Amino acid sequence: MIWNKRVLAEIRKARKTWERTTLKGSLQRAPEREIFSELPKKRLYTPEDLSHSDYPRDVGFPGEYPYLRGVHPTMYRSRLWGMAEYSGFGMPEDTNKRWKFLLQQGQTGVSVACDLPTQLGYDPDNPLAESEIGVVGVSCPSLREVELMFDGIAMDRVSIRGSINHPHIVLWAMYVAVAERQGVSPEKIGGNVHWDCLNEYLGRGAYIFPPEGALRLALDFMEYGLKHIPKLSYQVNAYTVRESGATLVQEGAYALAASIAYIDAALERGIDVDEFVPRLSLNMAIHMNLFEEAAKFRALRRLWARIMKERFGAKKEASLQFRFGPGTGGSTFTAQEPENNIVRGTVESLAAILGGAGYLHTASYDEALAIPTERAVTIALKTQLILAYESGVTEVVDPLGGSYYVEALTDEIEKRVVGYLQEIEKRGNIFEAIKSGWFQTEIAHAAYQKQKEIEEEKRVIVGVNRFLTGETLEYAIHKADPNVAREMKRRIKLLREERNNGSVQKSLSELEAAAEGTQNLVPFVMQAVKTYATIGEICGVLRKVFGEYTGPTF
Amino acid sequence: MKEKRPIRMLIGKPGLDGHDRGVKVLAIGLRDEGFEVIYPGLRQTPEDIVRIAIQDDVDVIGLSSLTGAHNFYFPRVAELVSENGMDDVLIIGGGIIPNDDIPRLKEQGIKAIFRPGARIRDIADFVRNNVRRSE
Repeated sequence: MIWNKRVLAEIRKARKTWERTTLKGSLQRAPEREIFSELPKKRLYTPEDLSHSDYPRDVGFPGEYPYLRGVHPTMYRSRLWGMAEYSGFGMPEDTNKRWKFLLQQGQTGVSVACDLPTQLGYDPDNPLAESEIGVVGVSCPSLREVELMFDGIAMDRVSIRGSINHPHIVLWAMYVAVAERQGVSPEKIGGNVHWDCLNEYLGRGAYIFPPEGALRLALDFMEYGLKHIPKLSYQVNAYTVRESGATLVQEGAYALAASIAYIDAALERGIDVDEFVPRLSLNMAIHMNLFEEAAKFRALRRLWARIMKERFGAKKEASLQFRFGPGTGGSTFTAQEPENNIVRGTVESLAAILGGAGYLHTASYDEALAIPTERAVTIALKTQLILAYESGVTEVVDPLGGSYYVEALTDEIEKRVVGYLQEIEKRGNIFEAIKSGWFQTEIAHAAYQKQKEIEEEKRVIVGVNRFLTGETLEYAIHKADPNVAREMKRRIKLLREERNNGSVQKSLSELEAAAEGTQNLVPFVMQAVKTYATIGEICGVLRKVFGEYTGPTF
Repeated sequence: MKEKRPIRMLIGKPGLDGHDRGVKVLAIGLRDEGFEVIYPGLRQTPEDIVRIAIQDDVDVIGLSSLTGAHNFYFPRVAELVSENGMDDVLIIGGGIIPNDDIPRLKEQGIKAIFRPGARIRDIADFVRNNVRRSE
């Protein structure tokens, strides 16, 4: 306890006096407005609110258990967070050109944004892909496209991220194949795998397989990766869950529940907790309530450390450290008066930094509308640089630490996240909570609640339900380029003619046999991509064996 | 007087777009407004949507698209609706849809387009005022 009993009693007495005199008079003259936020708020926080806290045990020092104040002892005084932006569009050659530009500008990673057909395992000549080819990202149906994307880019010099989820095994097999050709061995490839197959059922909706099949692929890839591509990290994605309407508490609980389920599954395969957990990274969302968001990250750091230590018996420091790279909430950005989103991006980025983020993605102000323009991406990156170099927030480790309010809020969030985690575990685990549709319904109702609050003007969104300047809603969106679709269809046709279809068929039937058994599928997928089997063909085989997911009726 | 049955609305997400937070919110909201709402989930083809509309004898079809594929899918649904002689079915749309696209969508049979900021109540009122179901 920071304050002894006598001091606390004095503070309590003084507070009572203040309430009876100064406050009472003030309330009569200036009544308070109703405060509207997810977490309950008191008017004022004092040392009394920290009376339950044991500083060495519950708060401690940065770089030490339970890591509440940060995972590094010196935080941003030694090293700033990583800054990156999302890119990829149209043809593989366009993406290649854009990456080369960004790498010259000093960016150290590439982010592979695939179009929806690729993410869902459909080739450009599939009728379902029509009208979506190259729209939200690059079309990438075969090894040939990955060769073009990485042409002249040394695979051991860049870190690779991407948005492809259920078929990530296919794309990563292609990256490894291109690296091999460049003479780069797999252990030199670094990157972050968009790995969390479960989040697709809750947000984004880019699922293909039922949970069992999707999990098999994820675990196969991770198990293979730990041995052969050791620099990879595996992302658990609570971001899309929040963006689908989940509350802050639900987002935090998902991050933990999903991680716990994946760790349980890894343990079942005989993988050691201290081998796997240090490779996990968390993608989280940041919304507009500055202190709640910053406190959320502090609370999750302590919770994570305790869960890893107490529940899983993790020993390595890296296993106990909650490492997260959040993104500003695209859903908090408005289509109306889009420039206002620059300010929202600033507030949310600040919350992430105050919360100790290791990596940060600031959305572009036109995020609510389409793939960002170059100017919008630049402003987003500059937002981070201004916070890093001008605002002074990086000068001190955990600058909010010790605030009566933030510490009390941190404890409150922790308590609520634990409570919600128990709700999930009452349903078995997160798999069961999703398979039954329970969690989806919970999130949809939270989203509805939020919408109602906006329509009733309890929740004020400037330029949306209050303080409108009467601008007409005007925007252009990134439209499908019919030339991209035509060219991709031409290429896939050519590919199917030129490649050795005998070896394609052979590799696909071997993959099918393996998928029906229990062998690790990565070597089979690697074999298939090298014969130029397409993502549509490979996913077709996997669809046949694992089935296809259809959401619960709503 | 015989009690009218509630307005029955099908919400469709044509194409590969996975953004369904908005349509789920709308489904719950319209149910609160007294509608019967059917949302069959993501990735429906225009043919699926019209088949379900016929099967469930809906009064309204609401289409949502946030990835820019509306100009392709919305008119296709309207075309199929008309081919099937379902002229009493009201079709509305919503999502990230540029101003410039709206007149053409309306010409093609989409009676209203609701964009970011639209309120559930306003959508419900529009449907009540424009639904043309046979008794």
